Amino acid sequence: MKQKTIIPVGPYHPLQEEPELFKLFCDGEIVTDIEWETGYNHRGIEKINESKTFEQVFFVVERICGICSTSHPFAFANAMEEIAQVKVPDRAKYIRTIIAELERIHSHLLWVGLAGHFIGYNTVFMWAWKYREPILDLFEIITGNRNSYAMFKIGGVRRDIDEKDYSKILKILDGVKPKAEMLMKAVIDDPVIHMRTKGIGILTKQDILDYCAVGPTARASGVDVDIRRDDPYAAYPLVNWKVIVTQEGDVFAKAVVRFLEIFESISIIEQCVEKLRKDPPGQIDVKVKNIPEGNGAGRAEAPRGEVFHYVITDGSNSPVRHKIRAPSYVNVATFKKSCVGQTISDATLALAAVDPCYCCTERMAHVYDSRTRQRVLDGRGLIQLSQQRTQTLKKNLFGKNT
Amino acid sequence: MGIKSYCFKKSLWLYHFAGASCNNCDIEVLDCLTPRYDVERFGMLLIGSVRHADVLLVAGSINKKCKSRLLEVYHQAPKPLVVVAIGACGITGGVFAEGNTFAGPVDKIIPVDVYIPGCPPKPEAILAGIVNFLNKS
Ligand code: SF4
Repeated sequence: MKQKTIIPVGPYHPLQEEPELFKLFCDGEIVTDIEWETGYNHRGIEKINESKTFEQVFFVVERICGICSTSHPFAFANAMEEIAQVKVPDRAKYIRTIIAELERIHSHLLWVGLAGHFIGYNTVFMWAWKYREPILDLFEIITGNRNSYAMFKIGGVRRDIDEKDYSKILKILDGVKPKAEMLMKAVIDDPVIHMRTKGIGILTKQDILDYCAVGPTARASGVDVDIRRDDPYAAYPLVNWKVIVTQEGDVFAKAVVRFLEIFESISIIEQCVEKLRKDPPGQIDVKVKNIPEGNGAGRAEAPRGEVFHYVITDGSNSPVRHKIRAPSYVNVATFKKSCVGQTISDATLALAAVDPCYCCTERMAHVYDSRTRQRVLDGRGLIQLSQQRTQTLKKNLFGKNT
Repeated sequence: MGIKSYCFKKSLWLYHFAGASCNNCDIEVLDCLTPRYDVERFGMLLIGSVRHADVLLVAGSINKKCKSRLLEVYHQAPKPLVVVAIGACGITGGVFAEGNTFAGPVDKIIPVDVYIPGCPPKPEAILAGIVNFLNKS
């Protein structure tokens, strides 16, 4: 029988913040299969929610994942509003949309930074995270917290955006735009990044459909899905924007999709702020007294794809059942396709490309020798391998002295 | 000068352990490294292996599955070691304390030196927490 090496990555590895265990089965340098193990992040949120009132559930679902701390409350609000049959005032819709799009900008910048770090471009990491800070400042101005915004409630939002803050929002966005453009050019025109990301971790359209992948992962493979357009909610039908789709399906395409989405998001926010400016300050929520018996489903497009919440109520003030499906849960499964056949150093990048969020899905890797059960590589080793490769490519491309 | 203060006099190396967290605390820890806060100017460095660490940052609640891992990480670390519990989750379990998988706040599992409250604490708060501890010891 042929010998295979198992490379475990995780569960506590420097590749990603969250704990998860990947096992890469390798034949030489080539990954032939992958397995992953999750559960290090399981907190029993669905069960906790059953003992909370609807108002409290918002604070819990917000803490499913800190990066998408708008998407989960958003989907939950959509589900509850379906049950209670309430119509949200327009002003609340715009405010919700602004918060959700700001979150998309900060989340995509965060991914760009981490992806840069994985391929050994720490400059990209530092840049992207630096330009993300003004967005967090904006959150602080609008909501009072850098993360976990607590803006949502059934029937509207908790806080209004102050009139004098409109200009601040626009000003900060104007500042972020050229920076994001610069970053995009730096990434897209860089020959080394081309060599590292083009043709790596390809997911075909069929793979996406087979694995039901969602969000930017799907859109980078030519699958035109976006909940914001397909199942309109909040202010998305009221503003002009387009869904970004590319065809190649590799890591590069995913980066392009995310960059272009940043600009779409900026334009959506600008339009929303304009609309808010025209309307005089008004109602931002409707009072919802009773939640009737029933069930409702809510969807929202998180930065990583579709978030789905399903709630069953029985007329009391807490959910009887609350089912949550996060986008990474389906996206992570595509590793089976994207990593197999890649070299180990590329596999790390392919793992990072879907921007997996394990807090949402609730998951790391080490490489073990299958004969001796000795650890040969861990997350750190993998990153080093990946960074070395970039360096060799750079050397070959620009000569010795770079 | 005791051995403890001697050990923590110069550049501290940090190791970050994310329990069953919501990611926010982890992102804020990473944020400390990036240009705006830039802890590297104090010689602090986030490193990939706890065997080289002076400070163990624990963020997030601890569930049954990661409890044994946290103990393993703690035992691998060289002593003396500063253990910092970050965020409401690290200190008490926060919103997840009622969960059926919750395995106790960090200080029930390993000794904790510094508590940094907040959900999530701001990067400034994380830095202030560690600096305060160092000034004291
Ligand atoms: S303390 Fe708050 S921000 Fe930090 S991990 Fe827990 S829930 Fe998330």
